Amino acid sequence: MTTKLETLPAPDKKSGAGKPTNHRKPKVRESRGTLAFSRSQRTKALIKHAILILAGGLMIYPLLWMVVSSLRPNDLIFREPGLWLNSLEMGNYTSGWSALTHPFGHYMLNSAIVVIGSILGNLISCSMAAYAFARLQFTGKKLFFGIMLLTIMLPFHVVIVPQYILFSQIGWVNTFWPLLVPKLLATDAFFVFLMVQFIRGIPRELDEAARIDGAGHPRIFLRVILPLMVPALATTTIFTFIWTWNDFFGALIYLTDPDMFTVPVALRAFVDSQSATSWGSLFAMSIVSLLPVFLVFLFGQRFLIKGIATTGIK
Amino acid sequence: MSAISELSSFSRRKGKATAEEKKANGRDNKAAYIFLLPWLVGLLAITIGPMLMSLYLSFTDYNLLQPPEWTGLENFTRMLTDARLHNSLRVTFTYVFIGVPLQLAVALLIALVLDKGLRGLPFYRSVFYLPSLLGGSVAVAILWKQIFGTTGLVNQVLAMFGIQGPGWISDPSTALGSIILLHVWTFGAPMIIFLAGLRQIPNMYYEAAKVDGATTLQQFWKITMPMLSPIIFFNLVLQIIGSFQSFTQAFIVSGGNGGPSDSTMFFTLYLYQKGFGQFDMGYASAMAWVLLLIIGVFTAINFIASKYWVFYDD
Repeated sequence: MTTKLETLPAPDKKSGAGKPTNHRKPKVRESRGTLAFSRSQRTKALIKHAILILAGGLMIYPLLWMVVSSLRPNDLIFREPGLWLNSLEMGNYTSGWSALTHPFGHYMLNSAIVVIGSILGNLISCSMAAYAFARLQFTGKKLFFGIMLLTIMLPFHVVIVPQYILFSQIGWVNTFWPLLVPKLLATDAFFVFLMVQFIRGIPRELDEAARIDGAGHPRIFLRVILPLMVPALATTTIFTFIWTWNDFFGALIYLTDPDMFTVPVALRAFVDSQSATSWGSLFAMSIVSLLPVFLVFLFGQRFLIKGIATTGIK
Repeated sequence: MSAISELSSFSRRKGKATAEEKKANGRDNKAAYIFLLPWLVGLLAITIGPMLMSLYLSFTDYNLLQPPEWTGLENFTRMLTDARLHNSLRVTFTYVFIGVPLQLAVALLIALVLDKGLRGLPFYRSVFYLPSLLGGSVAVAILWKQIFGTTGLVNQVLAMFGIQGPGWISDPSTALGSIILLHVWTFGAPMIIFLAGLRQIPNMYYEAAKVDGATTLQQFWKITMPMLSPIIFFNLVLQIIGSFQSFTQAFIVSGGNGGPSDSTMFFTLYLYQKGFGQFDMGYASAMAWVLLLIIGVFTAINFIASKYWVFYDD
């Protein structure tokens, strides 16, 4: 890592202060071009901004409208396409919160348990597998690595029926185990791949140094690699959070007892149980269910964008 | 480097062992298999075992209560005459072959507008990315159900212009379209991959083209498209695989029955109904293998076709 830093060019501060220096390469990309260009460029930028604001507004409008509508009396939801609020109606939230068998908080707690378990499972199992793939030499490595890459693209449906049979025979239907155990066994191969890529970028000299000091693989993994792969772990945490929080199919199949419902299946039960009269409270709970994802997005954006750009996960 | 380019380079690299692989005497099998243990158990118990099991079940009649009864190819011959299954294939293919290109086109278009150091890029990027995080949730599907309802947001807006819109999701001719639109709405993730790809194209290509008097359109077709083609390919493969498995949106919007008149009966939805509604596990397993086969064939076609249009700069 230090060697990398040393080869970087000297920071700008030094050269920019005094007389013009010649070792700084002229910037070719003309963000501020010559005068003749600037006008057409400015109109070009303006057109771009106009397109983006229009498109962005159109994209976000339904979400904003849902937020506003959740704060309106029910009948207005079908009459008011605007975003103007005359009064704040919190009634949708209170009635939605207690509309199902349990208060909505119960389902959020269930979801939280599944989410936290899944995150821990993914972090531990995927990082271990990734360490082996990225750093160790073993018989069958290429084959296993290829299989691991292929499982990323394997449709869930091919295994769901026997998995269901297996878990129902163990008596795990209506427990969280069918949702958690696969994560403890590194079946989210995407994260294994993400971590392999990351570990490959960590200089091997660090491992060697630790090995010379007498460290074995568990120690190198825990003391050298894990602390350095925090960004990859953060990306994994965030994506696992969002995917698990939103996961509907798994919960739909394994959780049929309202006691065990996670948020998505609870919302689905809500849609099914209500007639068209209570869209306000349905919206209100939808907003509540989206809030954690939105917060994670707000604070974890950096990792999300990086994660997608480097591995192409959804 | 993405999982896909890694996979495609897998065959190319064959035979040429890297220096690292040549020190085969430094194998640590024991340590490696300990690190890989969770993943290996998962691979066997959660992935390969169930896959083989579902392959076996696809040749049986099995309803969870009685033991599976071998029926040979009956499930598959039944599929040949199952009109609802044919319809579900038609629905899924329509969704994939309209939704995916449309989504990628929008993603590329917005990425092109966003590129080139436009001010406010992080803000726009967030706005466009947010829907792809929320799009898979039940909450957004509920929102969609309202927006495209008979008295939903879309028709309210249309009414302001004096247009009486149809009941988009209650009309069999437009229901699938509104779900495709939901897929297009989540273009943010591929857009971010495009943005990362666009940034990799050396600026000097464009400068050289400008000196030669190339128009913007020529630059797009002769520089941007070839240089971006591996990324387009990558997005295409991922999105096609993902879209074939799409489930939640159609399930929620149609209230779980794929209606109106099976117009949103995705293949996965029909599989769910057969397996977990009617507990026809043998038939559901056979369907799952057909899905795997379809996805496999289209991925293979993609890879073969890529030789003719994807340009690798190495």
